[in-house]
Amino acid sequence: MSGEMAIIAALVLPILICGGIWLAGRVPDIREGVTLVGAAALFIVAIIIAAKVSAGESPELSLGEAVPGLEFAFKAEPLGALFALVASGLWIVNSFYSIGYMRGNRERNQTRFYMCFAIALLGAMGVALSANLFTLFVFYEILTLSTYPLVAHKGDANAQRGARIYLMTLLGTSIGFLLVAVIWTGALAGSLDFVPGGLLQQAEGLTPVVASALLLLFAFGVGKAALMPFHFWLPNAMVAPTPVSALLHAVAVVKAGVFTILKVAIYVFGEEILNATASREFILGVACFTIIVASLVAMTKDNLKARLAYSTVAQLAYVTCGAMLADPAGFMGGSLQIAAHAVGKITLFMCAGAIYVATGRQNISEMRGLGKRMPLVFIAFFVASLSIIGIPPLAGDWPKYELMQGAADAGLDYVPYVLILSSLLNIAYLLPIPILALMPPPGSGEPAPYKRPGGAPMLTVAAPCFTALLCFLMFFGIGPMSDFLEPATGERVPSAYMDAAYIEGVEP
Amino acid sequence: MIEFIASLVPANLAAHSPALLVAVPMLMAPLAAFMPNGRLAWLMSIFATGFSLIMAMVLVTQVRSIEGGAIISYAMGGWVPDAGIEFRIDALNSMVLLLVSSIGFLAAIFSWPTVKAEIRDAKRAMFFATYLVCFCGLTGVASTGDAFNLFVFLEISSLATYALVALGASRDRRALPAAGNYLLMGTIGASFFVVGVGFLYAATGTLNMAELAVRLQGVPDNKAVLAGFAFITVGLGIKAAMFPLHQWLPNAYAYSPSFVTMFLAATATKVAIYALVRFLFTVFGLEFAFEGSTLIWILMPMGIAAMIACSFQAVFQTDVRRTLAYSSVAQVGYMLLGISIGTAAGVSAGMFHLVNHALIKGALFMALAGVVLTYQGTSLNDLKGLGRTSPWTMSAFAIAAVSLIGVPLTAGFQSKYALVNALFEHGWWWAVAVVMFSSLLAVVYMGRMLEAIFFRAPSNPNKRRQEAPLLILVPLWILAIANLWVGIQGGFVAGLADDAAAALFIGGAS
Repeated sequence: MSGEMAIIAALVLPILICGGIWLAGRVPDIREGVTLVGAAALFIVAIIIAAKVSAGESPELSLGEAVPGLEFAFKAEPLGALFALVASGLWIVNSFYSIGYMRGNRERNQTRFYMCFAIALLGAMGVALSANLFTLFVFYEILTLSTYPLVAHKGDANAQRGARIYLMTLLGTSIGFLLVAVIWTGALAGSLDFVPGGLLQQAEGLTPVVASALLLLFAFGVGKAALMPFHFWLPNAMVAPTPVSALLHAVAVVKAGVFTILKVAIYVFGEEILNATASREFILGVACFTIIVASLVAMTKDNLKARLAYSTVAQLAYVTCGAMLADPAGFMGGSLQIAAHAVGKITLFMCAGAIYVATGRQNISEMRGLGKRMPLVFIAFFVASLSIIGIPPLAGDWPKYELMQGAADAGLDYVPYVLILSSLLNIAYLLPIPILALMPPPGSGEPAPYKRPGGAPMLTVAAPCFTALLCFLMFFGIGPMSDFLEPATGERVPSAYMDAAYIEGVEP
Repeated sequence: MIEFIASLVPANLAAHSPALLVAVPMLMAPLAAFMPNGRLAWLMSIFATGFSLIMAMVLVTQVRSIEGGAIISYAMGGWVPDAGIEFRIDALNSMVLLLVSSIGFLAAIFSWPTVKAEIRDAKRAMFFATYLVCFCGLTGVASTGDAFNLFVFLEISSLATYALVALGASRDRRALPAAGNYLLMGTIGASFFVVGVGFLYAATGTLNMAELAVRLQGVPDNKAVLAGFAFITVGLGIKAAMFPLHQWLPNAYAYSPSFVTMFLAATATKVAIYALVRFLFTVFGLEFAFEGSTLIWILMPMGIAAMIACSFQAVFQTDVRRTLAYSSVAQVGYMLLGISIGTAAGVSAGMFHLVNHALIKGALFMALAGVVLTYQGTSLNDLKGLGRTSPWTMSAFAIAAVSLIGVPLTAGFQSKYALVNALFEHGWWWAVAVVMFSSLLAVVYMGRMLEAIFFRAPSNPNKRRQEAPLLILVPLWILAIANLWVGIQGGFVAGLADDAAAALFIGGAS
C-alpha cells in the first residue's frame, strides 16, 4: 500500500464503517461486527503509516483547495502517526468493551452511538494526519460535533446540560481563540503548513508581543487540552456512557487537544521561537497550576468518574507542560505522555464502567470490599493507577522521567517539584480506591450483591485487563518508541546527570 | 456549467442580454396579472426568472472572458449616454445579477405551495405579477449605469415589496403596520437618495455614473457634492438595513408571507449594499469616500455595532423569523465591515459574504416556510422535535444554520475566514475580536434552534411525520448543497468576489 493510499484509507475507512453500521442497524451482531472489523482495519492502516514514517518516508495527500490558500492536505509525521496508532488501537479494545457495556446496561439508540463513534475516529485521524492548520482545525471541529450526541446520549436533563456545556466550551474556545490564532498565523507567515523547525520562522514582522499573544491564543483556544480555566467541560462530559468517557475523554478528544498543542509548539513555533516567546513561561506556569489544583480537586470527588476526570485534567497538563518546556526532552515527554496516559486512563475508565454495570455504584465510598467480588477489575485498576503515578516498570514512568529531564535542561527548577508533588497527590487519590476494595479494613462487612445478575459482562472485564497488561508491556517498548519520535522532537542532549554517570563509569 | 449554458444562447440574443434580463420580467409582470388563475402566473414567473438567470449566466461568461474582467456597456434603445440610459455590467454587478436571478428563480419554483396556503385564490395572479415587478426592480438596480435610473428601479422594487409584505395580513394582521413602517422608512430612504442624486447633478451636470465618477474628480471640495454624498449614503443605508437604520426590517421579515420573507432576506438588502458599494467606490472613488472624508469612521462602527447589538437582540427573540431577521442585520454588519476596510481583500470578503449570506438565509427561510406550511407557528417552541417529524427539511436547515455560525466546510466559514484575514492584513486586530464574539452569539441563537429541533421532544406528541412538499424541498436542498459546495470548493464564488473587488479598484482609479 502506498503512503497516499494509506492516508486515503485512514480517512475513508471510518466513513465506510459509519455507513456499514447504519445499514446493519437492525442486526446488532452484524453492526458490532462492522465496528470491530473496521477498527481492526483502521489499526492496520495506522500501523502501515507508522511503518512508513519509521522508515523515514512521509506519506502525503492533497485533496485540493477549498479556496486559494486553504488546502485540505495530509502528511504523516512521527507525532501524528503515534497519535493515530494510539487512537485506532485503543478503539478496538474499546469496541469490545462497548459491546459488553452497552448491552449489559441495555442502552438505547445504540446504532447512533456506534455511528458517532466512527465519525469521531475520522476526526481523530484527520487531526493526527493533517499537514496544515486549516485541515487540523476542520477535523478538530468534526471531532467536537460528532462527540456531542455521544455526551448527550442518555437524553435526560442532566445529560443535555453537560452536553451543552461541552459543546459551548469547545466551540467557543475554538472559534473565539483557535481560529483567530490560525488566521493570524496565516496572515503573518503566508502559509498554514506545518514546517519542521517552525512555520513562524518565515513570518516577517513577528514581534515578541505578537508571538506571545499568538501562543496564548493557541494554548487557550485548544479547549480540548483542558488547560485551566477551560477544563470544566471535561468533568461535565462525564454524563456520557463510560465507553465514551474511556475512549474519547481519555484518548481521542483530549489527546487531540494536547496533540494540537504539541504540534503547534514543534511545527508552528519551533523550539527557537518558542524559547524567545515570553508567554511560554506563563503558560508553563498555568500548566503546573493545573496539574496541582486539578489533583487537589480530584481528591475531593467521591464520584469515581468525576475523580478520574479531574485526574485527566491534571495529566493532560503534563503534555502542555512538556510542550512549553520547549526542548527536545520536553517534547519527548509530552509525546510519550499522550500514549502512556491513554493506555492507563482508558483502563481506569473501563474499570469504573465495569463496576457500574455490575453493581450500579459510582461512588468510591461504596466500593469498599468490592474487590472480593471483582478481583480482576480492581487489580487492573491498581496496575493502571501505578502507571499513572509513574512507578516503574509501567509505561507512565517514562514521560515523567523525560519531563524532568526537559525541565532540568531548560533550567526551570520548579517544574520537577511540581511533577513530584503531583505523583504524591496521584498516590493519595488513586491508590486508596483499589486498596480499600481489595483489602477492606476488618469489620467493614460483606459487599452488597450484584445489581446485574452474573456481575460485569465478560468483555467489560477482559478489556481493562488487556490494557493494564499494555501498561506493563509499553514500559519495555520505550526504546523503539523514542527512536520513532526523535525525528519530530529533535535530538535530546545527554543530560548532566547522565554525563556524570558516564564519566564515572568510564574513567577510573 | 455556466459557460456551457451561456454558450447555448444565440449570439444575437446574447448581445442584448443586459436589457433582456430586466425587460423580460418587466413585460411578463402585466401579462401575469391578467392570467385567469394563479398557476399560470406562477409558471410565467418561473419562466421569466429562469430566462433572467440564463441572461445573467451569459453576462458572467462575457465579463469573465477577458482577463481582469470586461466591462459591458449597453445603450438602452440605442441612445448613447449622456442622453440615453446606459446599462453597464462589470465583474461586480454580473456577480450580483447572477446571485439575484438564481435566488429569484429558485424562489419562484419554491413559491407555489406557500402561496397556495397563504394567499387567497383571487389575489394569486396579482401576487406573482408583483413579485415579477419586484424582481425586475432589483435586477434593474444591479445593472443600470445611470444614477437616476437606479433610483427608479429602486422605487419599483420597493413599491412592489411594500405590497408583498402587506399581503401577509391574511395570515397575521400585524403585517399591515409592518408594511406601513417599511413604506415610511423606505420612502425616506428613497427620497434621501434622489435628493443626493440631485445634488450631484447640480454639481456635475450628468447622471451617468461613469461620467459622474470622472467629473467628480475635478470637484473635491464642493459642498453640494459632500451633501449629495451624505444623502446618498444614508438613503442607501436605510435600504440596506445599515444599523441603526434597520428598524423596518425585523417586522417586515416576521409578518410577510413566507415566500416574500425568503426572497427579501436573500436579495433585497444585498442589492442595496451593491448600490452603496457602487456609489462609494465607482462614483465617488476610493480617495473621496475613504481618505477625503470620514466615512470609514461611520461605516465601520455601524457595522460593528450591528454585529454586536443585533446579535444580542437575535438571542433574545422567541420567534424564529425575528431571530433570523436580527441576524440578517448583524450579517449586513459583516459586509459593511469588510467594505469599510477599503482594501481589495476587504471588499472581496464583503462581497463573498454577501453571496454566502444570501445562500444561507435563503435556505433557512425556505425551511421555515416548510415548517409554517405544515405546522403553522414559527416560535422556538414550534420547532421542538421537528428533527424527527421532518428530517429532510430540518437537515437542510441545520446545514444552513451551521453555515451561518461559520463552521468549517460551509460557505459561512469561508467568507468569515476571508474577512478575518483581510482584517489581519489591515491591522485591525480588535475588529477580529468583534467578529469572533458575534460568531459566538450566532452559536448561541442558532444553537438554541438546533437543540430544539433535534434534541427536544415535540411539545405536541401527536405531531405526524410530514416533510415539506417537493417543490420546497428541491430548491431548499439546492441551496443547502450550494452552502456545502462553497464551503468545500469555494474557488468559483471566491473568484467572482475577487474579480468584483478588483473591478472596483481599477474602476475607482481610472
